[in-house]
Amino acid sequence: MTTQILSIPDSSKSRVRTGAASVGGLALPALLALGVFFVYPLALIVWLSFTSPEVGLGHYISLFTDGVTVTVMLRTLAVGLIVGLATLVIGYPYAYSMTVVSPGWRTVMMTMVMLPFWVNIIARTFAWFILENRGGLIDQLFQAFGIEGVVLLNTWGGVAVAMVQVMLPFMVLPLYNQMSTIDRGLLRAAASLGAKPAASFAKVYFPLSLTGVMSGFSLVFVVTLGFYITPALLGSPDQALLSQIIATRVQRLLDFPGAGAAGMLLLVVTLVILGVLNWIVRRANPLMKKGSA
Amino acid sequence: MNASVNTVPMRPRRQKNVPVWLRAWNVVVIALLILPVMIVIPMSFSGARNFSFPPKGFSLRWYENFFSSAKWMDSLLASLQVGVLSAVIATVLGTLAAVAIARMSPRFSSLLSSVYMAPMIVPGVIFAVAIYAVFLRWQLTGGLFGFVAAHTMLALPFVITSVSSSLSGYNAGLTTAASSLGAGPVKAFVTVTLPLILPGVVSGFVLAFVTSFDESVVSLFLATPALKTLPVNMYDAIATEIDPTVSAAATLVILVTTIVVVLAQVLPGRKKRK
Repeated sequence: MTTQILSIPDSSKSRVRTGAASVGGLALPALLALGVFFVYPLALIVWLSFTSPEVGLGHYISLFTDGVTVTVMLRTLAVGLIVGLATLVIGYPYAYSMTVVSPGWRTVMMTMVMLPFWVNIIARTFAWFILENRGGLIDQLFQAFGIEGVVLLNTWGGVAVAMVQVMLPFMVLPLYNQMSTIDRGLLRAAASLGAKPAASFAKVYFPLSLTGVMSGFSLVFVVTLGFYITPALLGSPDQALLSQIIATRVQRLLDFPGAGAAGMLLLVVTLVILGVLNWIVRRANPLMKKGSA
Repeated sequence: MNASVNTVPMRPRRQKNVPVWLRAWNVVVIALLILPVMIVIPMSFSGARNFSFPPKGFSLRWYENFFSSAKWMDSLLASLQVGVLSAVIATVLGTLAAVAIARMSPRFSSLLSSVYMAPMIVPGVIFAVAIYAVFLRWQLTGGLFGFVAAHTMLALPFVITSVSSSLSGYNAGLTTAASSLGAGPVKAFVTVTLPLILPGVVSGFVLAFVTSFDESVVSLFLATPALKTLPVNMYDAIATEIDPTVSAAATLVILVTTIVVVLAQVLPGRKKRK
């Protein structure tokens, strides 16, 4: 990686051995802390979801039979899909621009992405609360066009709109990372072979950016599925998302087993989607290599 | 990346200009990213006791309220305490873990780092509910220790990522050199490794602090009337109390974040150009 300042031949075996022993010791404190304060709590609610008050799949069966959770799950998936696609459409041209502008402008554009990323999520959601409120700026805007009563607050649509803004950095950063590795010489090669800009974008650039598209989309999708603060502040109980169901079960009823089961559903759905997207990317990659060869 | 040097003889330094429609699009995206955040600022100077926009009248009463009320000041203090404590612990644990990862064989290190990254992947609500269940049993809700323990878990991945990336540029031969000159493992680490990876450790610490200071989901569950962090107070002010003091609090948070982020983006670039 870096230039070798000192190159020292492999020395005595004893050093390697003490190294191996101390490596375990270095890893241990963090592992212990994770075990007690992360793995154990998660294991506990999973255990409770299968055993409390009685052993069985009762909590899992009622997820599918209570007439609410399935609707909520589908609504959550819809919001994830909408937010994923919207951030992709909005963020793709922006990320592309970041790879071609001057370094100075790149810093500006990067700062503009990082800024909302680091601003406290409650402050950001509060801003959307004001915008989407009855008589808020969005309502006023639609009234100016003669459309009355566009109050996004307390609807899942309002949650989705705010989530697009909240999630945009999660889309732009992976897209930019991938796009900055694309060799622009390939585009010049395509042009010199007679391809029009649109064709060389569709046939060369876009396929090469697909890995970034997939990682950006899966990141946004997955984070959106489990997001809590924005739905809790902008949504409503009768248009709840899955994270709200999990939270209210505990806050109102202290129903940890039920919340654990709903949490497992969220986790399994998340992992399945990640797996599928990963599989698509892996399948797409060799094809892309064949195409460009 | 790799073969381009051979195939393309000259890489023009100034690349093609961005077309006008793309520039316009970028302006719109920047507006979408920034303006909704900035709307909070005029709200904080509102004279009215509601959340209507544009704000009616002008006053500094929400700032006055923020700085004079024990409720808001206590929560700010609590957030700072929890932030510093969990950042210190996460930085120590995370730096040691990152060093361990760097010294392991690739198979073990990838397994270990995926274990360490788990708190980043599990949705916040699930972790919040789980740790709340455990802390209720251990009677740790509403205490500083509970907040610090939970936030440390969430901050660990950031420290490990940050330190790992600066360790990847570290020459392991230097540690060998130090120990061959008689330094024990601890001395070699403190006098040779640590100063060289310090930028990664410091940025890990900052990320850990910010993670804790911003953390809202777990905090909502662990908070009690006696101990609330700033985000919990802000949440309550929006969701239940309709207290416009939240706009002053949010403005201060936005201001501090903006300064830190702009400095972090601009300063490294300057150093390189010098």
